[in-house]
Amino acid sequence: MRFPIRPFENLPQFNFMGWRRFWVWFSILLSVATLGLLVARGLNYGIDFAGGKLVQVQIVSSPSIGAVREALEAGSFPAATIQNYGGPNEFLIRLGANDPQLQTPLAEQRVQAALQAKLGATELRRVEFVGPQVGGELRVQGALAMLFATIGILIYVWFRFELRYGLGAILALSHDVLLTVGILSLLQTEITLTVLAAILTLIGYSLNDTIVIFDRIRENRQRFPNQALASVLNLSVNQTMSRTIMTVSTTLLVLCMLYFFGGEVIHDFSFVLIIGIVLGTYSSVFVASPVLLLLEEWYQKMARDRAARDAATPAP
Amino acid sequence: MNGANLSIWLKLAVVAMLVWSLLATLPNLLTPAQRDALPAFMPHQAMTLGLDLQGGAHLVLEVNQTDILQRAYENLEDQVRELGRSKNLGYTGLSSGPGGVTLTLRDATQTTLLRDELVREQVQLATDAAGQTTLTFGESFIAELQTRALAQTVQVLRSRVDQFGVAEPVIQQQGKARVIVELPGVRDVGRAKAAIGKTAQLNFHLVSEQASMGGIIPPGLLALTDERGQPLLVQRRPSLTGQMLTSAASAFDEFGNPAVDIAFDSRGTQLFAQLSTENVGKRFAIVLDGKVYSAPVFREAILGGRAQISGSFKPEEAQDLAAVLNAGALPAKVDVVEERTIGPSLGADSIGAGLVAMGLGLVAVLVFMGLFYGLFGLAANIAVLFNLTLLVAIMTAMGFTLTLPGLAGMILTLGMAVDSNVLIFERMREEMKAGKKPLAAILGGFEGAFRTILDSNITSLIAAVVMFIYGSGPIKGFAVALSIGLIVSMFTSITLTRWLILSWYKRARPAALPL
Repeated sequence: MRFPIRPFENLPQFNFMGWRRFWVWFSILLSVATLGLLVARGLNYGIDFAGGKLVQVQIVSSPSIGAVREALEAGSFPAATIQNYGGPNEFLIRLGANDPQLQTPLAEQRVQAALQAKLGATELRRVEFVGPQVGGELRVQGALAMLFATIGILIYVWFRFELRYGLGAILALSHDVLLTVGILSLLQTEITLTVLAAILTLIGYSLNDTIVIFDRIRENRQRFPNQALASVLNLSVNQTMSRTIMTVSTTLLVLCMLYFFGGEVIHDFSFVLIIGIVLGTYSSVFVASPVLLLLEEWYQKMARDRAARDAATPAP
Repeated sequence: MNGANLSIWLKLAVVAMLVWSLLATLPNLLTPAQRDALPAFMPHQAMTLGLDLQGGAHLVLEVNQTDILQRAYENLEDQVRELGRSKNLGYTGLSSGPGGVTLTLRDATQTTLLRDELVREQVQLATDAAGQTTLTFGESFIAELQTRALAQTVQVLRSRVDQFGVAEPVIQQQGKARVIVELPGVRDVGRAKAAIGKTAQLNFHLVSEQASMGGIIPPGLLALTDERGQPLLVQRRPSLTGQMLTSAASAFDEFGNPAVDIAFDSRGTQLFAQLSTENVGKRFAIVLDGKVYSAPVFREAILGGRAQISGSFKPEEAQDLAAVLNAGALPAKVDVVEERTIGPSLGADSIGAGLVAMGLGLVAVLVFMGLFYGLFGLAANIAVLFNLTLLVAIMTAMGFTLTLPGLAGMILTLGMAVDSNVLIFERMREEMKAGKKPLAAILGGFEGAFRTILDSNITSLIAAVVMFIYGSGPIKGFAVALSIGLIVSMFTSITLTRWLILSWYKRARPAALPL
């Protein structure tokens, strides 16, 4: 093996655009399926958005979840949900959003007392409480943030590229976010503020590859004005393939470190970004570029039709 | 920038930033004692850790709007009662609630009297078919009440928190009805919450001699239960209130149990003296937030303006109550609407895990770049390290708080920082394949990639700015780290990497680039 390693010594010659209709339909199908999933299964909103109280405890005796549940039932918290979190002695206890009794400011102390009574030394590690009204506000703010981030990026892409490119980019972006959220629904990952931050980061980052490819397409079209668009697109995607894979790899490397070693709180955050970035890379090649090509073909067909019409009707 | 030569100013700027960033990053690696020992010309500031990393409580309290109105209408009710005495206003069925004050006038023409007397409070009168009159405040007056209550709440909370001796607390108004209270490093959050959220309305009521008749409470009286759980009827209007206190201190009662000593101001002393003189042998109730703490008997006239609240206190409860009474009562009830409390051990665990992830991520990126770009990868690696120190230095110098998501953001920008370099190097590879000479390939790489670098980073920046605007504490920290990281990485890749590679080229004059 030569050093430094060159994964793409020769320019790859994949014919991405030959299958453009397939990829576009495939992505449409996937998106529709995701929408169906979201409607059927919904998202697992955490207390940030649904309201409620979350108590993270560390119990020295590393009891089973069943034992924790019994202790809480004995302490009159029958409705609490219990989840192992990170290590065997760490637990997340969620108190219902609808029961005001369980949300009183000092409920966590009663939880601690109940656990201590049955299971021994218990440390309160984290308490989060979000009132139902605040949860609703955070939901609205989150939706607005996603909307404005998307609009901001749309405006930027619109300024920088022609409309066709912008459409391709936005479709790719929506595709990435939709599918990522779909996976969160599938796995019932808890939607917290941190997960929302990851989705917002994704909105900003997922277009990265798309923009690099589009930049190259624009450059190649000026260089080879007489080539068919499909082959210019193929060339551009192939030319940027190496760098796409390299940048995605470095970011993924770091995210994997965060995922495996960054601690429980950062776990879901890095998970969302890992999925999103993989999807973003896929969509830059298989959604954004084919859409651009189809739009271009459609434009050209319109122009031909108009020219034909103009030729048929004699000029006055 | 003209081609192969970087301007001397740019080089100077890079060196200056490098030196500064090292100096500004240094305090973060030192203990507080070592920081103090640094010479005066060096920066001493270290990054502030967010509550999620150092532990502490973040509380959002909301002033209960219903309670504000309830209290204001109780006052209005008193004013109406006063008019009954002073202006011969005839009425029946006077009562108040959060919706207003209701009464039935004996003489309907007296509405004019009411309207004229209560004009200052912008009272609106409405009389229904049954002749019942409802008095309500005008909207602007209610808004004024709310603003005043919020301002007073902030002030009281601030002095309460000060009394608890928390280092660097944050007390901040949010919107029209909320107050953010941040208590970094606070140990016993439950105790702090109990003390901060306490309304602390202290009232002294005379105990009534009347007995309740089959559950019906006579007008002007209030039914409470005393400290032993026995029903107790007291005068509804307090004879004295906590507003007439000058100081409170924790103490012990005659049996050695924790208690709180209070001292009245001159008006309070006078009223208390009068009250005790007129009511020797009668009981009075000390009521805090609707709960009777004790109901002792006036054994003699008390002229010195001092009293003691005893009850079943734990010593720290007595301390907290004294602190809260000193700070004054809240104008209305407050509700905790949001809380995020992180124990110190969890914060320390988070820092540990974050640093491990950062270290491993850094090593992974450095190795990766070395493997795939050789010597040029080394240049990129130097730039990435510079990047990291510069990011830490800027965040430290600008006084940003480091949160756990912020730490994740810093780690993430490590991965993104090399993106710019990858773009440049890949471009160079292409230029070489196109048959360009080494120098032309180097310059072509930087030039060709610049616009793409800008484009791809700007979309991320847009998202980061939106996050900064809409996000709360920890998320804001992430947005800050991400945006600074992106800007810094753009800067280093087009200055430092370029400089390193060009100066290497001038020395080595290679026939082909080692890419």
